Amino acid sequence: MGGVILYGSPISTCSARVLLCLEEVGAEYQLVPISMPTGEHKKPDHLARNPFGQIPALEDGDLVLFESRAISRYVLRKYKESGTDLLKEGNLAKSAMVDVWLEAESQQYNPAISPIVYQSLFVPKMRGGTPDQAIIDASLEKFKKVLEVYEARLSKSKYLAGDFFSFADLSHFPYTKYLMVTPYASVFESYPHVKAWWKDITSRPAFKKVSAGMLGS
Amino acid sequence: MGVMKVYGVARYMSVARVIVCLEEVGADYQVVPVDFAVGEHKTPAHLARNPFGLIPAFEDDDLVIFESRTISKYVLRKYKSSDTDDLLRENNLTESTLVDQWLDVEAHHYDPLVFHISYNAFVLPKIGGTGDQKLIDTNLEKLKKVLEVYEAQLSKTKYLAGNFISLADLSHFPATYYFMATPYANLFDNYPHVKAWWENLMTRPSLKKAAAGMFPVA
Repeated sequence: MGGVILYGSPISTCSARVLLCLEEVGAEYQLVPISMPTGEHKKPDHLARNPFGQIPALEDGDLVLFESRAISRYVLRKYKESGTDLLKEGNLAKSAMVDVWLEAESQQYNPAISPIVYQSLFVPKMRGGTPDQAIIDASLEKFKKVLEVYEARLSKSKYLAGDFFSFADLSHFPYTKYLMVTPYASVFESYPHVKAWWKDITSRPAFKKVSAGMLGS
Repeated sequence: MGVMKVYGVARYMSVARVIVCLEEVGADYQVVPVDFAVGEHKTPAHLARNPFGLIPAFEDDDLVIFESRTISKYVLRKYKSSDTDDLLRENNLTESTLVDQWLDVEAHHYDPLVFHISYNAFVLPKIGGTGDQKLIDTNLEKLKKVLEVYEAQLSKTKYLAGNFISLADLSHFPATYYFMATPYANLFDNYPHVKAWWENLMTRPSLKKAAAGMFPVA
């Protein structure tokens, strides 16, 4: 059959999100690199897969998908028989809790953490530029407020959606992994339950494998 | 079984998203106001429902959830029946994923632009504030690029995820409804398939019901 084709990059946060899902379910897949430095993501071949000119995109036969969280859901649904149910779509209450914390990741956590990672890691490492400390500082303040909410949640619940590991936890991995490579990793020290949760989820084999392909490993 | 409760104010765009879905399925629900003016969104009672201090929050018996797209999905899953269109398509792997894809497009590409244009150009003046024109102008430029993508898709399919209406389409309602009351509404004239898609959506009873609870746009 050949499995699915993921167009992206192992160092890209959104590609990593999908790679984690593929590894968690043990799917057969091929990663086709798309070169951002040469502008390959904006060329017609790739725009035909992702009209916003972003990575990743996924091909499964005739089906072409973009948006990493939607691609991830596809992978997790398609390979559910593997025994790994990270969406809990058969259970109304549990699937709602997975969705709550996925939305929290996308709407609250990600906007706070991504400028810190972008400025302190991507700007110097990939653009040869100087980090904008004002942006980092403002984002850190926002991020601490978000982490307070997560600390409260993870004090009551082993994982974000409940006592079960889910896609909601997984989705937080890529940007958090990159934060841990920056000097701002120490922000987690003030949030012991968040820190413990991070230690737990990063012990999973899928995380170790995907992490090895990312920057700073 | 109690009546479902939506904590928020019906004229807020994020709350309207949920009300559309409740109206689609014809469920019994109650809107419980949260008074931002007195800081009610920061009280322990509300933070217990939405720890980020935002609206909406939602209760269905013991289940307490937040984030409008999550609440919307929950309502549509719970009350899915043969009498309503299946707005999530969760029995079909491909279709459900295309719904998720375009819902993510709405959340990450469309709404961040249109919400702020609508809020600054329409809502703020209504509540006695002044909008940020620079933000409006920047967002309008970016929105043109996004609408090009929508125009291309809607030239191929009647709705975003395919030839069936879904939550992905309906989720665009709140910000777009207010956008159409701004001086920038005619931007859609440049994207005829998008305009036709929007006008078709607005014929839907659930959207008209949700609109009745929002700021008047006429």
